[in-house]
Amino acid sequence: MNAFWIILTGALVATSCGLLGVFLVLRKMAMIGDAISHAVLPGIVIAYLLAESRAVLPMLIGAAGIGVLTTFIIEFLYQKARLQVDASIGITFTWLFAIGIILISVFAGQVDLDQDCVLYGEIAYVPLDLWITEEGQIMGPRPVWVLSGVLLLVLLLVTVGYRGLKITTFNPEYAAAIGVSTVFWHYLLMSAVSITTVVSFESVGAILVVAFLIVPPATAYLLTERLNVMLALTVVLGILTSVGGYFLAVWLDGSVAGAMAVISGCLLFLAVLFSPTAGVLTRRWREQALDLPVQGYNDR
Amino acid sequence: MSDFFTFSDPNVRMVTLGTVLLGVSAAIVGTFTFLRKRALVGDAIAHAILPGVCLAFIVTGDKHPLYLLVGAVATGWLSLLSMDYLSSRTKLSTDTAIGAVLSVFFGAGILLLTTIQHSGSANQAGLDKFLFGKAASMGRQDILVFGIVAVLLLILVLSFFRAFKVVSFDPAYARSIGLPVRQLEFLLSTITVLAVATGIQAVGVVLMAALLITPAAAARFWTDRIQVMLLLAAAFGLLSGLFGSWISYSAPAMPTGPWIVVLLSLIAIVSVVMAPKRGIWARIRLQKSNARKMLLENILKTFYSLGESRQQFDMEVNVTELVTKRPFDSKSLRRGLHQLQRKGCLIKKSGNTYQLTTAGIAESRRVVRLHRLWELYLTERMNYAADHVHNTAEAIEHVITPELEAALLRELGHPILDPHDSVIPYQATQNKKS
Repeated sequence: MNAFWIILTGALVATSCGLLGVFLVLRKMAMIGDAISHAVLPGIVIAYLLAESRAVLPMLIGAAGIGVLTTFIIEFLYQKARLQVDASIGITFTWLFAIGIILISVFAGQVDLDQDCVLYGEIAYVPLDLWITEEGQIMGPRPVWVLSGVLLLVLLLVTVGYRGLKITTFNPEYAAAIGVSTVFWHYLLMSAVSITTVVSFESVGAILVVAFLIVPPATAYLLTERLNVMLALTVVLGILTSVGGYFLAVWLDGSVAGAMAVISGCLLFLAVLFSPTAGVLTRRWREQALDLPVQGYNDR
Repeated sequence: MSDFFTFSDPNVRMVTLGTVLLGVSAAIVGTFTFLRKRALVGDAIAHAILPGVCLAFIVTGDKHPLYLLVGAVATGWLSLLSMDYLSSRTKLSTDTAIGAVLSVFFGAGILLLTTIQHSGSANQAGLDKFLFGKAASMGRQDILVFGIVAVLLLILVLSFFRAFKVVSFDPAYARSIGLPVRQLEFLLSTITVLAVATGIQAVGVVLMAALLITPAAAARFWTDRIQVMLLLAAAFGLLSGLFGSWISYSAPAMPTGPWIVVLLSLIAIVSVVMAPKRGIWARIRLQKSNARKMLLENILKTFYSLGESRQQFDMEVNVTELVTKRPFDSKSLRRGLHQLQRKGCLIKKSGNTYQLTTAGIAESRRVVRLHRLWELYLTERMNYAADHVHNTAEAIEHVITPELEAALLRELGHPILDPHDSVIPYQATQNKKS
């Protein structure tokens, strides 16, 4: 039963992160996702301090706020201070993360958080964190419920906002011309990323959030050119990663989050080599079969 | 505070020496990382070092800093190759490649680290300092290795300085003058990996990127010269290392690494805001002073054109007349009139009327002259239609320097009329410049 809950938690995080990650990868904003997942740390510590009970709603609002703030600081440094974009991202998230670590040290007695948990979480403890109703009924692990709620929100965003997200991702000029606000969708996506990050944080840690945000969407992107297929593939890959990662972790007696990240990397590696359309080896085989130099592919 | 800065405590000496060495060498190497726009690659390398450290420990069963360094450099390099391969050979963009490599390598590192921890090996304690950095627990052996690496990095940077500079700024040019660009980039990447692999022990995986980029980014705001930038970045690294160790010495609960990063970020924020020329404040002030100059010149021009239509320039002008001639915002007009009075260009007569002084008349003639000269230049030399030149002249009249004015006068042969047949006003003879 524990295995089931752990894999389910992984799959829930993978699905939420993956669906959002598809848009991050397509918008070339993968590293902003990485930055947000680190930068939310001070927000989480402050939320823990203010709301001693882990109230979900204030946490979510705070998270969305911090995510938007991070994006805002990055854009301020890039556009107003005219700093190059990679340095803007790097300075912003390291600064906020450092503040978060200092806050944890200052309030060590009052905050139920430690540095290890921040980075790689403890998904193995998920089955122990049970949600028990006032009547004493055991409803299953609390994180599973919270993560399911977030997944519903993400699904809502991706289905209802499908057209808006798609058009602002692929053709921002056209979107602006027909009156779709790129700024609105940009900040909405960033808020969703930070909410997902914060909720996933305590169970899987920052590193698995980043892995699920970037790696399965990148793998799916190598396998297809169509957005809806890419979204579906990302979900499938995320679930496969979650299952595979759990068994790898059991076999090696190591961190589940770390093992899931490794499995996602293996799937990416396979896609790089064997993707039917874009795989390095499949392309080479096709070239040999045709005995023609294939041009154009090499430019990408 | 005095306790700390006498450095009488050998432990304080060690820790401070260690953090300062790491801060300075990371800042110097990071300057090139920054200039090559590879700041986030540095972040990914920092994450990718963890599996190498763990593998080195699994293979040797020892925690000697040298073994761990070799492992760290190996996987750091592997991550660089993977990122280059993914972004050049597949359709993934650079940032996706960086993020994917970063998280997968780090995940592998975490998996190995936890496996080692669960194996119950007695010797493994302390490996996790690569995760978060434990500057306060640096020993003599660590400092020795850091010292050697720092000196090595410095020697490499100094001896290849000119080549590194060209490769960082303009690889295409470097290739054209016959520099071995691939080898130089390899060398630069190697010293980055080395600096990251050592620096990570002070601040940890996540914050290492800050040690590399933040000093360089802050230094960039103060100078355009790479030598000065390197020195400044090194100084910022030194200062933050020094005061970071001081803070964690004064308050033992405080972690050194995060404080170094927060101090570096504070230096960066101050630079972003305060630096002359490139800083935000300086730029806003420049914009404001330009806007004020334009406002004053536009007001003087309006006085001139009112005077021109009445053939008398030193008459009293009512504010409403000014506004009907040219739609000024009433608040900025009031401010502008006040400033012109202080400059001695205007005298306030009763209530809402003003009069140009002699200096004011001369200044207003100058602005109108520049406007009309430019209009004439556009029609005469650039074949613009006479009805298309007013707007560009409105913009450029405020930035024409006396040298440019002299050149225009020479080019056009001291003309009398502008394209709209208005007289171009020259300086009255009594205050003509010699």
